[in-house]
Amino acid sequence: MRAIRNVSRRGFLKSTAAAGFIIGLQLPNKIVQGQQAVEDDKFAPNLFVRIDDQGTVTIIAPRPDMGQAVRTALPQILADELEADWDRIEVEQALADVKYGPQGVGASDSVRDSFMMLRQAGAAARQMLVQAAANEWGVDAGDCEARMHKVYHPASGRSADYGELAMAASTLPVPDADSLTLKDAADFRYIGQDMEIVDLRDIVRGKAQYGIDTVVPGMKYASVVRCPVFGGKVKSFDDSAALDVAGVERVFEIEGGGGAPSYNSLGGVAVVANSTWAAKKGADALSIEWDMGPNAVYNSDAYKTLLQERVRQPGKLIREQGDVEQGMASAAKTVEAEYYVPHLVHATMEPMAAVAHVEGDKVQLWMPTQDPQGTKSFINQALGFADENITINCTLMGGGFGRKSKADFGVEAVRISREIGAPVKVTWSRENEIQHGYYHAVCAQRLRAGLDHDGRAIAWHHCTAFPSIGSTFQEGATYGLEFEINQGVVDVPFDIPNIRCENAEAEAHVRIGWFRSVCNINHAFAFNSFVSEMAEAAGADPGAYLLQLMGEPRYFDPSNEKTKFWNYGKETADYPFDTGRLSHVIRVAMDKAGWGRDLPKGHGLGVAAHRSFLTYVAAVVEVAVDDNGDLSIPAVHYAVDCGLVVNPDRIRAQVEGGAVYGVSLALNGEITMREGAVEQSNFHDYEVCRIDNAPEVHVHIIESDEKPTGIGEPPVPPFAPALINAIHAATGKRIRTLPIRDQLRA
Amino acid sequence: MITLSVNGEEREFDGDPEMPLLWYLRDELGYTGTKFGCGAGLCGACTVHQDGVATRSCMTQMLDVDGVAITTIEGLSKDGSHPVQLAWIKHKVPQCGYCQAGQIMQAASLLAENSNPSDEDIDTAMWGNICRCGTYQRVRAAIKTAAGDL
Ligand code: FES
Ligand code: FES
Repeated sequence: MRAIRNVSRRGFLKSTAAAGFIIGLQLPNKIVQGQQAVEDDKFAPNLFVRIDDQGTVTIIAPRPDMGQAVRTALPQILADELEADWDRIEVEQALADVKYGPQGVGASDSVRDSFMMLRQAGAAARQMLVQAAANEWGVDAGDCEARMHKVYHPASGRSADYGELAMAASTLPVPDADSLTLKDAADFRYIGQDMEIVDLRDIVRGKAQYGIDTVVPGMKYASVVRCPVFGGKVKSFDDSAALDVAGVERVFEIEGGGGAPSYNSLGGVAVVANSTWAAKKGADALSIEWDMGPNAVYNSDAYKTLLQERVRQPGKLIREQGDVEQGMASAAKTVEAEYYVPHLVHATMEPMAAVAHVEGDKVQLWMPTQDPQGTKSFINQALGFADENITINCTLMGGGFGRKSKADFGVEAVRISREIGAPVKVTWSRENEIQHGYYHAVCAQRLRAGLDHDGRAIAWHHCTAFPSIGSTFQEGATYGLEFEINQGVVDVPFDIPNIRCENAEAEAHVRIGWFRSVCNINHAFAFNSFVSEMAEAAGADPGAYLLQLMGEPRYFDPSNEKTKFWNYGKETADYPFDTGRLSHVIRVAMDKAGWGRDLPKGHGLGVAAHRSFLTYVAAVVEVAVDDNGDLSIPAVHYAVDCGLVVNPDRIRAQVEGGAVYGVSLALNGEITMREGAVEQSNFHDYEVCRIDNAPEVHVHIIESDEKPTGIGEPPVPPFAPALINAIHAATGKRIRTLPIRDQLRA
Repeated sequence: MITLSVNGEEREFDGDPEMPLLWYLRDELGYTGTKFGCGAGLCGACTVHQDGVATRSCMTQMLDVDGVAITTIEGLSKDGSHPVQLAWIKHKVPQCGYCQAGQIMQAASLLAENSNPSDEDIDTAMWGNICRCGTYQRVRAAIKTAAGDL
C-alpha cells in the first residue's frame, strides 16, 4: 500500500484549482453546511473532506499529532464511511479554528469524541456521491452502492469513479444527520485495521517537519533566559558580553504575566540573533540579577513533609458512603500506609519551539501544540490580536505528554516577534524545558482499611494532597478540581460498605500541569499498592484479592449528596463504569502472564488495574531483582479494553510506550526544587528509560463493540504499582515512595 | 576555512569554528532531519555519521569536521531504501518520530560494524538514544530484521 501523500496547505492551494466538493458539519454531529465549489482562496467553514474531479480525496485532520497517530486514525474513520480508496487520500492538517469542533489532544479523547462526527462526514459524502450517480443514470439511489471509490449500479452494470461524480455531487443538498445510513461494523474496511501512520515514510527519511524545524523567510532566532523561580522578575541585566557575540543582534527584556500562570509566557531576557547557535551563545553570556519573588521559599523536601502531615489530618470530604470509623472500629485488623510521588517533568524529545510572525495587527504562529484553539484564544485575550487575525499552523509534535497543551512558548515567540518586527524562531534548550515546565504535581496520600475476620475489607479511607492544576488558572487554588479527585480517589470502584475519601489542601509554588494520565499516576500507584498490602494482611493472593474487591460485575456510580462522580465529563448512561470490564482485563492480564506459575529466585509478579479516561487497563509486571538490588523487567502483560478499536497496531504502540513512560517515572523520575528553583537540568540528572530498561510489553486488546474510549494515557497509571507489587513479591520489600532509585540497595 | 562533505556534497564553512555541527546542518544547510534533543551528548537525537561512524553532532564542533565526510538521515539512502529504514517501516517503529532519525543512524552504524548483533550489543549501541515515546522494543526488533536483510 502506498504511503499517503501529505499536502501542505500551500501545496493544496495550488493543486486544487480543479473544482470539487466539500462537506461540512456543525457540531455536535449535525450536518448543516452546504457543499460548495472549492476555490483557491476560500475555505467554507466546517470542512472535513474534499474531493476533486480527479477523485483525490483530501481529509482534514482536525487534531494535531504528537505520536498518538490521530493524523492516521481520524482519517481512517472518515475514509471508511466514505468507502474511499486509502491510496487516493491526502491528509491535510487543520489550522486552529473552532469550526472544526474539538481540536485539543490531551484527554485521550480524540477518537472517542470525533468518531461519530467523522463517520457522519464520510457517510454524508458517500450518500451524495451515490445520489449524483443515480441522478446521472436515472435510477434509484437505493439501487446503487458505493465501494472503493466508485459508485455501482449492479442492475445495469454501470459504475463511476468518485472523481467523475464530484462536480455533480457538489450541487446536491447535504443530507441531514438523521437520514444517514452508517455502515455495519462488519463492513468496516479501515476501522480495525493496522493502517500505517501517514507520516511514517517521511519520518524514516528525516523529512517530517516538527515545530522546531519550521523555517520562514527572513526569520531570526531567539533564546530566552527566564527567572529560575516561578513568579520572579528581572531586576537588572548586563547585555554587553551577549552583544559581543558574533551574530547577536538584539537583547531585551520580555514581560511575563502576573497572577496565575495560565498559558502566559514567563518573562525574562531575550537574545535575538542570526542563528540558533549565536542566540544560545548570547544567552549564556548574559548576566542577570533576579528578584526571585515569593516562591523562592519553595523547597520540595520540606513540602513533602508538610503534605504528609496534612494527609494525617481530616481533609475536605470528597466521597462518603456508610460510616468509615464505625467500620474501622469493628474491624478484626486494620492496615495503614502512606505513599508519595514527586514532581515530574514531561521531557518531550522535541523541546518547546515555535515560530511567530507578527505583521501589524496580524500574527501567524507555527507551533507544535496540543491545544490549537486554547492557544489562539489566549493570544487573543492576553496579547490583543483579533481572533480572525491569528493563524495557528499546527505542526507535528516531537512528543507532547501534556506539556504542549500550554501555549506559553508560543506566546513568548509572539511577544518577541512583535518587539523585533520580524519572524522569529524561539528554541528552548533542554535545560529550559526541564526547569521551566508545568510540573506533574507531587502527591502525598494516606490510606487506611479495616478488614473483617475473613480478611474482607469493610472500611476504606483515602486522603490525598497535591497542588492542583486549578492553581495554574486561578491564583491561590489549593484543593483538587473535580477531575483530579476523580482520577483514582472518588472513582475507585471497590465493593466496600464504608468508604471515605478526603482531599487536603496544598498550595502551589510552581506551575502545575497535565502530565500523561495526570493524577491517575499518583492515585493508581497508591491504591493498587495498598490493595496488595491489604492482601498481605489478609493472607490472600494479591490478584485474587483485587478481584474480590471489585465485587460482582455492576455499573459503578458513587454519586450521592457528598460525592460527585465525574466520569471524565461523560454521562454514565453513555459510558457506564462497568466493573465487569475492569475485572475482565485483570483476569486476562493475569492469565496471559501466567499468574501463580513457579518463578526463578528473585523474580516476582505484580498486578495493578485502573479505569482511566473511560478505558479499562490491567498490567502484570514480572520483575527480577538480583542480590545487589538491581532490577530488570523481563516482561509486562497488559490487557486493555478501550471499546471498539480503530487502529490496533497504534493501540499496541501506545501501550508499549505507556509502559516505558511508567518505567521512567517508577525508576528515576523526580524533579526537586530548592529555594524555588528546579535542581535538575538535562538527561543526566533527570533520567528517563533507555533501551536497556525497556521491557518486552505484551498487549492483549479486548475485542469489543462498545464505544471507543481512549488509549494515550490509560496504560501509564497501572505500570508503577504493578512493578512495585512485583518487587514486593520478589523481595518482600514494600516501596511507598517513588521513584525506586536505590531503595532496593539499602 | 573548513571544508567538509555533507551527503556527498562539498561544503565550505568560515563561521564560528565552535558552532556544533548540529546547528550548521539544521540552520545553514536545512538538513532538519537531524534533531536537537539535549545539546549535551545525552540523547542521541542529533546522531549523524562522520566518516561512516555514528557521532553526536551536538557535541561535534565545526573545527572537528575539517576534511570529514558527514552523512545525515537525508543522505543515508536516496529513496529510503536502506535496510534499516525498511525494517523501521516494517515494524512501524516511530510514534512521534522525533528521535527516529537518530535511532536509525545509530542502528545503521551498529550494523555496519556488527552484522549480527546480540540483544546486549543492541542495548550497548543504542543506549545513548532516548525515545521518550518508548519505541524501544520495536527498535530492537527492527534492528534484528535489518541484520537479517543486510
Ligand atoms: S542533541 Fe546531541 S545527544 Fe542530544
Ligand atoms: S518516537 Fe517519539 S521520541 Fe521516539
